[in-house]
Amino acid sequence: MNNNMVKNAAGREVVTEINGQPAIPFKGVGKYKPDGRKYAPRISSCNDYPDNGDKKVKSIMEALVRAGIKDGMTISTHHHFRNGDLLANMVFDAVNELGIKDIRWFPSASFPCHEHLIQYLDNGTIHHIEGSMNGPLGKYVSEGKMRGMAVLRSHGGRYQAVQDGEVEIDIAVIGAPKADPFGNANGLEGDSACGLLGFALADSQYADKVIIVTDNMVPFPCIPWQIQGNYVDFTVEVDKLGIPERIVSGTTRITKSPDRLMLAEMTARFCDATGIIQDGFSFQSGAGGTSLAVGEFFKDIMKQKGIRARFVRGGSNKYLVSMLEEDLVDYILDGQTFDLEGVRSMRENPRHVWTSPFTSYNYHGKGNFAPLVDVAILGATEVDVNFNANVVTHSDGYLLHGIGGWQNCLFSKTVIIPLPLVRDRVPVIIDEVTTLCGPGELIDVIVTERGIAVNPLRKDLLEKVKNSGLPVRSITELKEEAEKICGKPEKAQLDDEIIAAIKWVDGTIIDIVRKVKI
Amino acid sequence: MKKVAITGNTGPRIRSDCELKLEIKSSGGIKINLESKVRVMYGNSITRLMKEGLDFFDVKHAVLDINDSGALPFVHMARLEAAVKALVKTDKELLPEFSEHNKYPSERERFRFSRLYLPGNTPSMMLNAGLHSPDGIILDLEDSVAPVKKQEARFLVRNALRQVNFYGAERMVRINQGEKGYDDLYYVLPHNVHLILVPKCESGKYLQELAKHAEDIMDENNIKQELFFMPIIESAMGVEKAYEIASAVKNVVAVAIGLEDYTADLGVQRTNEGEESLYARLRLVNAAKAAGVQPIDSVFSDVSDMEALKATARMSKSIGFEGMGCIHPRQIQVIKASFAPDPDEIRKASEIVQAFREAEEKGQGVVSIGSKMIDPPVVARARRTMTLAEKLNLIQDEPESENK
Repeated sequence: MNNNMVKNAAGREVVTEINGQPAIPFKGVGKYKPDGRKYAPRISSCNDYPDNGDKKVKSIMEALVRAGIKDGMTISTHHHFRNGDLLANMVFDAVNELGIKDIRWFPSASFPCHEHLIQYLDNGTIHHIEGSMNGPLGKYVSEGKMRGMAVLRSHGGRYQAVQDGEVEIDIAVIGAPKADPFGNANGLEGDSACGLLGFALADSQYADKVIIVTDNMVPFPCIPWQIQGNYVDFTVEVDKLGIPERIVSGTTRITKSPDRLMLAEMTARFCDATGIIQDGFSFQSGAGGTSLAVGEFFKDIMKQKGIRARFVRGGSNKYLVSMLEEDLVDYILDGQTFDLEGVRSMRENPRHVWTSPFTSYNYHGKGNFAPLVDVAILGATEVDVNFNANVVTHSDGYLLHGIGGWQNCLFSKTVIIPLPLVRDRVPVIIDEVTTLCGPGELIDVIVTERGIAVNPLRKDLLEKVKNSGLPVRSITELKEEAEKICGKPEKAQLDDEIIAAIKWVDGTIIDIVRKVKI
Repeated sequence: MKKVAITGNTGPRIRSDCELKLEIKSSGGIKINLESKVRVMYGNSITRLMKEGLDFFDVKHAVLDINDSGALPFVHMARLEAAVKALVKTDKELLPEFSEHNKYPSERERFRFSRLYLPGNTPSMMLNAGLHSPDGIILDLEDSVAPVKKQEARFLVRNALRQVNFYGAERMVRINQGEKGYDDLYYVLPHNVHLILVPKCESGKYLQELAKHAEDIMDENNIKQELFFMPIIESAMGVEKAYEIASAVKNVVAVAIGLEDYTADLGVQRTNEGEESLYARLRLVNAAKAAGVQPIDSVFSDVSDMEALKATARMSKSIGFEGMGCIHPRQIQVIKASFAPDPDEIRKASEIVQAFREAEEKGQGVVSIGSKMIDPPVVARARRTMTLAEKLNLIQDEPESENK
């Protein structure tokens, strides 16, 4: 690998080339200005498509062949089926059977169920993965076993990469819980219902060839068309796209952990004391245990004070849905549906609207929704004394998570990260993050069970929280307390070899990940 | 004697603990095998700690397998000591540093609204317990620890007393019954225990003998501060002897009732409404008040039903109890709010404090409201009520309060 390293604007040493393509180092928040035009696929003609609108072919394999699959192509998939996905594995089974090699897999995210694909990394079918990795795939990559360099992007960053032509998708395979033979598709109905298909939007618009795979084919028209059939080349019907109970949960449960509930309550009290919760406000929280609980505490405060939110961004789930149905919220703007209640509500309620990474998060557009959100409640694996945060690796250096919408959400007006100060003897606040995913200037508040640290840049918040009775402490104090309890941690021993690049929302490289020494 | 000892806990749901397998050998030096989630960050320091510990106990040749899930050093040390002492006879104690934040005293008349039970062999529950602000924490060596684990729990509780920050909560230990309980005292008393909970108490005599034994241990260790006792009455006989128990020893500060065992003793089902235990509870309250100590109610076992807990706590307070046990941190807030002084009590206390101030200003020795004399303990209690009310932000219209 011929790679000259440079120091980027965040002080991190990063590569200037990824898998043979030149790459731009991070220039600072809001500093990089893109040039040129958007990428566009070739012009199609109705001459080449069936007049009767029936694009059905017999199998995934046939679709790949007719799409002209060749060695070295880029194949993309979406992750709306989360850990219940069966499709990506089926696709690569077919690719492997065809003897095709050196594919770049471009998923919007991968999950432990994709461990199945490790064999195809081993045997050369897949050259490398550009997309976040969870669990076994992350471990595989961290240990240096993948041939190419991994690239991790946020949801918005993935859209931007496709739109700008940074990643040209040869074949997009889009799993659709409901579709018609023309290729119109949505995620609202069927055994594999997942709510929406926003993560596949860019794929449908920009890929050279688009294949819709469904286990619920209906006669034209499939309404509403979250994916438009006018972008689609082939449609395939299979028995099963995913395992329903792993796609959407039957019931989402708020954490019962008293420590996490305490964190959630402190977070809500902070938002109350600083006036963030007020009539017409908006918020976003993830679907993790603590985040859900924050939402419920918000709800209590809103009910008490007669406050109505203008919109909430999800990860929708039954808790958000009940806020909508109890008229505490005007709209749910939904990026991803996590449970059956979320799916039902999206289907039935016009105030529950699906969004895509284009509308919510794309940085190379004429604005996006992220900065319109008043408060975002996010997670992190590590935070450092400059409020920089990491979401992709742990302190042992292993790549175990994706970025998701996290980087994009950093643009919201106030970013709050509730974190246990000490997580099973892992101090979460440290001197310097192992991998930089989000610069400190965008991260406003860290809430821990032993105190709340407010970024000194936010003098307004510091002023408002002064007389609230909440335990405000400096981030350095919190770090020192963590170290006192756990002992000072040793840093991960990392190899020189670089196994992944972390992109910022504008496609520049904010950090890299090195191989772990086993 | 045995050659292999296994101490501690491991498993998919175990956090902040470790399992040790120690095999003492006759040659070969010390071999340590460490499996740990935090191997990268703390592997070297864990290994070093274990080597130092084995050296401390003069163990020269051994194989030690450690299965660690993020245990803190005081836990490692406790598990190691338990393992060594299962194999080797030694009186040495591997004591972690006694943190300054653990040396605070308690006082007889402090409020005991909520006391949180912490299973004595479960480190993960100890670490954040104090953050939830219980009035007291109970490191339990009795019913929440399996019989085979009681020995290793002693080291863990002792080390926790020295190291874990309980943020000002009253430091209590529930010992075992009978002789085991006597032995428990050796392990814990030298480490700033404020109060001993004595389970299944059925006679004043037992309490007296226990107190004497405790006093001897305190003297041996040169500990001057007072040790308090809270006997728990958990049987029909205990209820019969309620006053005798409550007044047996000067340092009994409270008497508690244990309803799970009590209802079992009666052969009835325990219910939320508590009719079956009403007699026992009323009797206990009466006996406690007659003896001048605090009556404390039992734990409420349904941790998911906060409404029922609130109702139970309200009822409990109304018949004279001054606190309840907790088995889950989320119960603490509800219990404290229920037992905290209500507006009426605050008003009365405020009047008494006012009268006290006036008496002081006038140089009078006696405090009175109108023609009614107010005894010193009543004044003291009123002042404490006002302090607590202020701390809990309950004083609304009162222009003056104790701390100004």
